[in-house]
Amino acid sequence: MSATSPTDALSYYGRPIIKEPVWETDIPLYFFTGGLAGASDLLALGAQLSGNHRLRVSALAAAAAGAAISPYFLIKDLGRPLRFLNMLRVFKVTSPMSVGTWIFSAESATTAVAAACELFSVMPRLRVTAQFFAGLIGPAQATYTGALVAQSVVPAWHEARRELPVLFASSASASAGGAAAILTPAEHAGPARRLGIIGGVAELAASKLMEWRLGKLVGSVYHEGEAGKYTRLATASTLAGTALMALAGRRREGAAAAGTLLLTGSLCKRFAVYHAGKQSARDPHHTSIPQKERGGRAVTQPSSRTGNGSSPSPTTR
Amino acid sequence: MKPGDGVETYEAEAQPRLGFFTDTSVCIGCKACEVACKEWNLVPEDGLAWTGHSYDNTGELNANTWRHVAFIEQQAPDPIKQGKQDFRWLMESDVCKHCTHAGCLDVCPTGAIFRTEFGTVVIQDDVCNGCGYCVTACPFGVIGKRERAAASSPAGAGRTSGQSPDVLQTAVASDGLGAITKRELGGDGGMHKCTLCYDRLQNGMEPACAKACPTDSIQFGPLDELVERARERCGDLVEAGVSEARLYLADENDGIGGAGAFFLLLDEPEVYGLPPQPIVPTKNLGTIWGAAAVAAGALAVGVAAAFLRGEE
Repeated sequence: MSATSPTDALSYYGRPIIKEPVWETDIPLYFFTGGLAGASDLLALGAQLSGNHRLRVSALAAAAAGAAISPYFLIKDLGRPLRFLNMLRVFKVTSPMSVGTWIFSAESATTAVAAACELFSVMPRLRVTAQFFAGLIGPAQATYTGALVAQSVVPAWHEARRELPVLFASSASASAGGAAAILTPAEHAGPARRLGIIGGVAELAASKLMEWRLGKLVGSVYHEGEAGKYTRLATASTLAGTALMALAGRRREGAAAAGTLLLTGSLCKRFAVYHAGKQSARDPHHTSIPQKERGGRAVTQPSSRTGNGSSPSPTTR
Repeated sequence: MKPGDGVETYEAEAQPRLGFFTDTSVCIGCKACEVACKEWNLVPEDGLAWTGHSYDNTGELNANTWRHVAFIEQQAPDPIKQGKQDFRWLMESDVCKHCTHAGCLDVCPTGAIFRTEFGTVVIQDDVCNGCGYCVTACPFGVIGKRERAAASSPAGAGRTSGQSPDVLQTAVASDGLGAITKRELGGDGGMHKCTLCYDRLQNGMEPACAKACPTDSIQFGPLDELVERARERCGDLVEAGVSEARLYLADENDGIGGAGAFFLLLDEPEVYGLPPQPIVPTKNLGTIWGAAAVAAGALAVGVAAAFLRGEE
């Protein structure tokens, strides 16, 4: 139970009201690798359109690496991994996971085609087409995971529904910029550096906005326990990575260090969000107090036939 | 009460909406509902221990607990001897709410969770791939995961750990425990919850828990009749001086569109471990997709901006 929760608020022996998500750490790892792949695909498309061959190859390599490892995390976390394909028998707009499965499948396929063509230097026109579609799908791939966790009853996620997708997009941009800056000679890496800086600044700003909008009770969970540890790591890494990229990104060693820091910050941010959700779900007051303040019609009392005017609230404390 | 989302797809085959009215004012905490549910549905054992919280055994609803009796001990005014303090024991048999707008059903990415012709919500074990999204979408914490192998089954863990479910089955059967189904060993990695005894409903029978309840605390029937009866009962209680009696989830205008399983409570919902004003998370679907679209657009703008200064 978080330190900020009032101890006099009602609960059933302090037990959680909602279930803690059953997802393991594969899921934040997937958010990171999927985000890296999505933003890198768009960066590669930008490089393709601007004729920056060297940067295109680096960004495509990062996208391909992300897209190649993502299915491992995604499928491993299923209770019945062999039934992954059951997700491809339906399309449901009410389920960001269902929509995301299709986004992810399309993005992986197009990235794989582009990467294979690049690797074997064959079918350049197919490569360009595949890269084009991968770049178009990339932003969806980088943001749907934010929508996925927001579409839940977990207070630290659902109440941050307006900010989480943009936080994930920022974090993905920072990681993609960082990865491409590491892999690309400085003279070709200008857009990667700038994307890293834009992403880093946006990630820091989106985090602050999210915590502010969540308010004290729920927002503080991002600074407690495991979530707090990863939030501090993410903030420090992203801050340092952004600054270093701006100051020393034109030097290869500087770009390598800054890129590594941005990647670390992005990864830690997903772990912070993941743990914040678990911690928030465990605290019954995160669920009950905002709900009580919001009000509603879940509890009803039939108007008494004798016109009983007494207060309906019981005196059971 | 409105029909459950999606039941209109049954067209002429749709049945009257069936559900539970759980009147906690007459619950005696016997747990016959828990036992009957386990017996009929072959739900695995979920811990033969005490939680230390009054007479509660399991603490919550979960993959292997489809009915859960909550016990709350309170100092309270004696309802009969006016003005005197007395001990009050609240007991409530909790169950899946079979929501009109069901978050679990909305987010299930495999279509394993569906609305039955009776308006109830059921998980198909043979389709579920164990992604766990429904667990995060339930405002009541009803759904749980049966962990793979026998890790989550304390009774089976000693004999069976580290072996495949098929091996386990033989091992347990030869252990002298007689016929035991694969399902009883749990460990399928899937998500599980109350089915409102779908198989019994299809055969014109009432669910096992309601059948076993000795005080009719659990009442089963067409939902509209139950709501009417519950309003009357609640009014009678209030009139008789039990001013704290209230209905929970019996209003179709609440955050989940009303429930197929609703309750008469004698205290605030959170005292029983229930959310006071639950909302189906898909109620904010538009906001969430909108935020994702804005974020994707912002990402595209960010990348474009990164190229804006041209090549160096």
